[in-house]
This record gives sequence, structure tokens and C-alpha cells, in this order.
Amino acid sequence: MNSVSRTALAAVGLVAFLAGWEALPRLGLLNPVLVPPPSAIPPAFLREITSGVWLTAVLSSLSHYTTGLLVGAGLGILLGIAAGMSAIFDNATAWIVRLVRPIPGLAWVPFAIIWFGVEPAAAVFIISIAVFWIVYFATQGAVRGVDRDLVEVARAFGFRSAGARLIKILLPAATPGIMVGLRTALGQAWMAVVAAEIFGVPGVGQRMMQASSLLSSDIVLVYMLTMAGLYGVIDTGFVAAQNWLLRWRA
Amino acid sequence: MAGLIDIRGLGLAYERDGQVTQVLAGLDLTIERGEFVAIVGESGVGKSTLLRVLIDLAKPSAGTVRFHAADRPPETRRLSPMALVFQDSRLLPWRRVLSNVAFGLEWRGIGKAERSRRAQAMLDLVGLGDLGQRWPHQLSGGQRQRVSLARALAVEPDVLLMDEPFSALDSFTRESLQDELLRIRAATGRTVLFVTHDIDEAVYLADRVIVLTGRPAGIGAELRVGLPQPRRRRDAALADVARQLRMELSQRSAEL
Ligand SMILES: Nc1ncnc2c1ncn2[C@@H]1O[C@H](COP(=O)(O)OP(=O)(O)OP(=O)(O)O)[C@@H](O)[C@H]1O
Ligand SMILES: [Mg+2]
Repeated sequence: MNSVSRTALAAVGLVAFLAGWEALPRLGLLNPVLVPPPSAIPPAFLREITSGVWLTAVLSSLSHYTTGLLVGAGLGILLGIAAGMSAIFDNATAWIVRLVRPIPGLAWVPFAIIWFGVEPAAAVFIISIAVFWIVYFATQGAVRGVDRDLVEVARAFGFRSAGARLIKILLPAATPGIMVGLRTALGQAWMAVVAAEIFGVPGVGQRMMQASSLLSSDIVLVYMLTMAGLYGVIDTGFVAAQNWLLRWRA
Repeated sequence: MAGLIDIRGLGLAYERDGQVTQVLAGLDLTIERGEFVAIVGESGVGKSTLLRVLIDLAKPSAGTVRFHAADRPPETRRLSPMALVFQDSRLLPWRRVLSNVAFGLEWRGIGKAERSRRAQAMLDLVGLGDLGQRWPHQLSGGQRQRVSLARALAVEPDVLLMDEPFSALDSFTRESLQDELLRIRAATGRTVLFVTHDIDEAVYLADRVIVLTGRPAGIGAELRVGLPQPRRRRDAALADVARQLRMELSQRSAEL
């Protein structure tokens, strides 16, 4: 199948899906309060925009998202490098990791509230934990998997310190693996944003819970689509950056 | 006068899981400045290991390696006095060709512009002056080996160590790279230590051929190729030297 007919088919599928969705509540087969038709979304979206609520919620969520991502990924890369380079560090932390790692990210919510209150810092904390482990394991594996022969090249040219080995060989060679972890983390972090805000930190998640308690299901849908859109934009941007950074690959 | 490199009673043992393998033992060798020495020997005898000891990638378990490096200007003191061309080119895939060549120059005291200038000069020397902005994966095997040679030459080493650098290439590329190497060597006067398992290659290139034999290995035979450069391939005198070397080799292996 060529790309034109593939695109056409995908468009037909989407239109059919929307038409079916529109028809069911309109024909009275589904309660429009529980399942609002897609035609209800644009007006709801407009209302959220004009009242300024949408922008405030999105900006605040984005700020939790980026801060949490930076903290979690930063720590994950740092400690992942340490674990990948140093057998001592890796062995010393092996059991700690085994103990702490299986705790689901959301199980940290009670502590997040105790430590930080219902504040942005609590959301950042939850998001960081979700991101940390993914990036930590990706980095550790990537650093450990670097071809010994390349490390030897650096040694043969006199670059023998751990710092030189890291900068000249390990980091650039491990970048593809670290990027894979980061991309997964990008998606996980969005889930953590909703989860963290549902317990009250202002943002998209909190706005969705508010709307839900008022049975404004059209507004809930507005934010679901908003998140899908934001994730799409961020992921596309990340892939572009990744392709540029890894342009040396065949 | 002592040579550029004096190796006395060199021994090396690998230890793995408590099992010790003695690879080199009682090896004596002197290399003079400006000499082109080829090292031949069967696979697994310890040729690469000897180069690895010289460039300090492996520690000898016995004996001494004395190295009389030339005095360098202060800003280049940290550059490696020896440089190794690996059998597989081992370019760093995330660096462009020019930056790969400049790799060994990345010490404080050598500015970025100066590094690029020297790397470009080396690329020109190996005939790849136009390919500096390519990625390694965009090169052929022969081009990659040239870049690897340029990377080694860029640090202006006292000794150029080469570990079967052309053995993975087709015979056309190999012959042209051999001539290239001889040209560069004539132009720069570098001391070269060249490992190969190809006897014709050894006698075509070298002033002196060392045969490593035994388990653990030492120097089994040594032969001076008394023919001036440039030599002609498939020259009768050259063929004679090669024949003599082959006889030595088969004798040594028979003695074991
Ligand atoms: N890291 C190591 N640990 C244990 N044994 C090793 C190690 N490296 C090499 N050896 C052994 O040392 C011996 C010499 O190896 P070396 O690579 O020096 O041989 P070579 O003469 O270069 O052979 P080739 O022509 O096949 O490259 C071999 O028997 C090899 O198995
Ligand atoms: Mg070898």
C-alpha cells in the first residue's frame, strides 16, 4: 500500500470513529453527561481558554513536568554513570536499589504530602521518582556496555584518568542508550504529572478532578486532549533533537 | 649508544581465573631511532601483546622497557611519545573525520585552531584532505585505516606502532597503503614498529624483520633486509629474503 492510500485510510478510520462517537449520545443511546459528543469539545475548549483557566493550568503543569524531569533525569544520569563506571558504587548500592526500586511511584504520594504539603514541590518529587529509575537503569546499562576497545583508544593516546575516560569515550558512546531511557521517561513523566496533581497541586490534573466533580465531562475531555497534544509536541521535539545529536550513526 | 627503545628480559603473563598464561618471556630487543622494524610470527604468539606493553596498555611481569624519547617543546609534552594504529581502525564514530585525527592533540596548551590545522595537515598527508567533515561510517575500510594512521601521526610520535594495520584490506588497497606508508616514513623519518603475519609485506617494508616464536614467545630469529628503498615488489632479491625468512620460520616452529 502506498503512503497516500495509507494516509487516506487512516483519515477515514478517524472520521468514522468520531462520527460513531457523535452519533451514540445524540441518538440517546448514551448519556451525553457521561459521554459528551466530540462536537461539545470545541466550545468547552473556547470557554476554558477565554477564562484563562486553560493557560494557567497548562503552564503550571508544564513547570512541574520540566522541573521533575530535569531533577529526575539529572540524578538518574549522574548516579547511573557512577554505577556504570564504578563496581564499588554498583555493589554498594545493589541491595538498596533492590529494596527501593520496586516501590511504585504513586506509593510516594503520602510522603510527598507529608514532606512538601500540597505544593508544586510535591508534584515535582513524584515526577522525579517516576523519571529517575528509568534514566538510572538506561544510563548504567549504556555506560557499562561501552565497547572496551574504544576506551583502549583513549588510553593509548594518554587519556587515562577517569574524568578523561568519561568525557572522551563513555558519555558520547553511551548517549544513544541514555536517549532511549530519556524518551521513555518523557512519557512516564506525563503520567506522573496527572497523578501528582490529582491530589490537589494546581495544574491540568487538578482541573480535571474539579471538572469531574461538577460532572463537566466535556472539560475533562478538553484536558485529556490537551495532554495528548502536549506530549505529541514534546516527543516530536525530542526525537528531532535526538536525531540531530545522533547524526553520526549510520 | 643505547637505542631508542631497549627491551631487556621482557616477560608478560596474563592471569585469568587463577590460571596464568605466560605469553612473553626473556625478550631482548633494541630499536634504533629511524628504523623500520617488522615483527612477524604465527597467530597468538604475542605480537599484539608486545605492542600493548610498549604503549603501556599492558604491564610487563618481568624485565624492563627503556625508552629514550626526544625532548619535546613544553606545550606538547603531554602528547603520547608512541602512537598505535590498531588492526581495526577504531575511529570514534561520534566524531567527524577531522576531529578523530585531532583526538590525540586534545591537551591544554594546544588551541582548537592549532589542533584543526595539524589534523588537516595529517589528513592531507594520507590523501584524505577533502573528507574531514565526513563521519567514520561514511568511509571505506581503506579510508578508515588512513584516518587511523593520520590520527597516530598527528601526535608526532617518536615511535609509530602498527598492529597488522592493512591485513583486513583487499590486496590493491593494501599495496597502495604500503607505498603510502613508505612515502610518509621517508618524509617524516619516523621510527616504525610494524606487526604483520604477511612475510612479503614485512620484507617489502622493513629494514629489519624480527620473528617471534615459542610459547612463551621470545625472539626466534632476526633478519636484516639489506635492500635500499624504494624497493620493487616481486624483485628477485626481495623474494630471496622472503624465502630465507620462511625457512627460518618453519625451522623455529619445527623445533618447538
Ligand atoms: N586479555 C587476555 N587475557 C588472557 N590471555 C590473553 C589476553 N590477550 C591475549 N591473550 C593471549 O595471549 C596470547 C598472545 O595474544 P596476542 O594477541 O598478542 O597474539 P598475536 O600474536 O597478536 O596474534 P594475532 O596474529 O592473531 O593477532 C594469545 O594466546 C592470547 O590468547
Ligand atoms: Mg594481534
